[in-house]
Amino acid sequence: MDSIDFRFRLDWPGFSLDVDLALPGRGVSGLFGHSGSGKTTLLRCIAGLERAAHGYLSVKGDVWQDDGHWRPVHRRPIGYVFQEASLFPHLDVIGNLRFGMKRVKTLSAGKAALETHLERAIELLGIEHLLKRKPGHLSGGERQRVGIARALALDPQLLLMDEPLAALDLKRKLEILPYLERLHDELAVPILYVSHAPDEVARLADHLVLLENGRVVASGPLTETLARADLPAAFADDAGVVIETVLAAHEEDGLSRLEFPGGQMYVGRRADPLGRRLRCRIHASDVSLTLNLPPDSSILNRLPVTVSDIVESDRLGHVIVRLEISGGGGALLARITERSRRLLDIKPGRQVWAQIKAVAVLA
Amino acid sequence: MFLNEEDLQAIWLTIKLASVVTVILFLIGTPIAWWLSRTRSRLKGAIGAVVALPLVLPPSVLGFYMLVAMGPNGPVGQLTQALGIGLLPFTFWGLVVASVIYSLPFMVQPVQNAFEAVGERPLEVAATLRASPLDAFFNVALPLALPGFITAGVLTFAHTVGEFGVVLMIGGNLPGATRMVSVQIYDHVEAMEYANAHNLAGVMLVFSFLVLLALYAWRPDAKRD
Repeated sequence: MDSIDFRFRLDWPGFSLDVDLALPGRGVSGLFGHSGSGKTTLLRCIAGLERAAHGYLSVKGDVWQDDGHWRPVHRRPIGYVFQEASLFPHLDVIGNLRFGMKRVKTLSAGKAALETHLERAIELLGIEHLLKRKPGHLSGGERQRVGIARALALDPQLLLMDEPLAALDLKRKLEILPYLERLHDELAVPILYVSHAPDEVARLADHLVLLENGRVVASGPLTETLARADLPAAFADDAGVVIETVLAAHEEDGLSRLEFPGGQMYVGRRADPLGRRLRCRIHASDVSLTLNLPPDSSILNRLPVTVSDIVESDRLGHVIVRLEISGGGGALLARITERSRRLLDIKPGRQVWAQIKAVAVLA
Repeated sequence: MFLNEEDLQAIWLTIKLASVVTVILFLIGTPIAWWLSRTRSRLKGAIGAVVALPLVLPPSVLGFYMLVAMGPNGPVGQLTQALGIGLLPFTFWGLVVASVIYSLPFMVQPVQNAFEAVGERPLEVAATLRASPLDAFFNVALPLALPGFITAGVLTFAHTVGEFGVVLMIGGNLPGATRMVSVQIYDHVEAMEYANAHNLAGVMLVFSFLVLLALYAWRPDAKRD
């Protein structure tokens, strides 16, 4: 009963949506797909902004849509963050933040709790100094932070975010991402996060749903789904895995050591405190394979792995190899040429060394 | 005093007519404009065309049809008689009805444009913030469309003040009941009272200019934010 279950069928000219999913009732679920894949439409169906003729939706046991049953948008306990912040221009920031709160039907004790929520949302998004301003006098990043706070202030049971960073430039994105991470770390509310940016999803999501042409191609825990050898076509050049690590040591020569079950990796010196959990992303194109550990390689990060799967790549002459890290540390993907595969005789069950050229720390 | 008693009476009557018509049109025009701005109905084109008809038709044509409809044998006339109101032509309220129809596009079109400019998004946002459709209409759509309403109100008022053909057809020329400024000026000219005509026409000219000045001076301000 702790999950978000839904089934939607929608037929529009030139587009159809047909999904049937159960998502975890906690953490961040990333809905990933290219434009036109139906991810925003799916989110709108869940919010009730689109009405699928055939649909079922229950959130933690509470049925919001079923045959003959439809709860209108304004009665759903959601928070929705639009791609453009869509603040009301005729209200100042605090007026925007209070717009929804004033309308939540609750007892006075509930109102007091909402006040606490508002204060917390304002603090979480760092917008105390903006409260009296009109939206026209905010930067794009500030506006989006207010938009997120406005949704959070309602204490929603489900937070829906439709590409909240897509309309922002890189600088603004980097400004907001830490706030989104705080949401993820500090709030209990489940979040559905729509994005077409693999890095955003890899950084924020715990669960990943892959959509293509209105159909679900894959759905599962983020690390497992990203490590599936049969899916990289969907990510194209961004194919790669995510590994959860812990910052274990700062070394004298400007490197930091990250540990994870089954191994360790070195990255450039981190400013974070020891013991901090860090999510790392390793692109398939940054992983090469050798049969024996070369004694004179410049590459520091090398892991003993076992080949478990080989799938044709979407790129001509290349294959994607899935590698199990010994010790239950998860999996890696490597994109190598078909010729290398043949020359090295890479096949399932074979023990090889993975050389990792680059590790991106996602925080 | 450069305006005589009858002139003042005509001015007062004109302001009263224009005010009543503007208020009534806010009430009637807003739902029509809202419907036109949101509907995907095939009737949208037809209704839009009917609303815009007074822009194209000569006022005398419009006035003629309304006179016939409100007359003792017309459908509206029969209805008003059955309701015990009597006949509308050549009464103040007959003029109100006629002016409402005549000025309808001046209310509906700016308001419709304003609603269309507001778009769907703010209403969706309002819905996700727990606002019912009615709540969203009054607290989001109306405030956001306010500049359109002000334009529409001013245009409707000014257009009603300036009408002549319809007034003459429906209202006739009864002092204190249906004699508007425009007709009064016409009377002055007919009677060769050019000085009086000048005075009243001057008042109208200044009034019209001030109204438009207020409108244009205010607009850019409203667009900020």
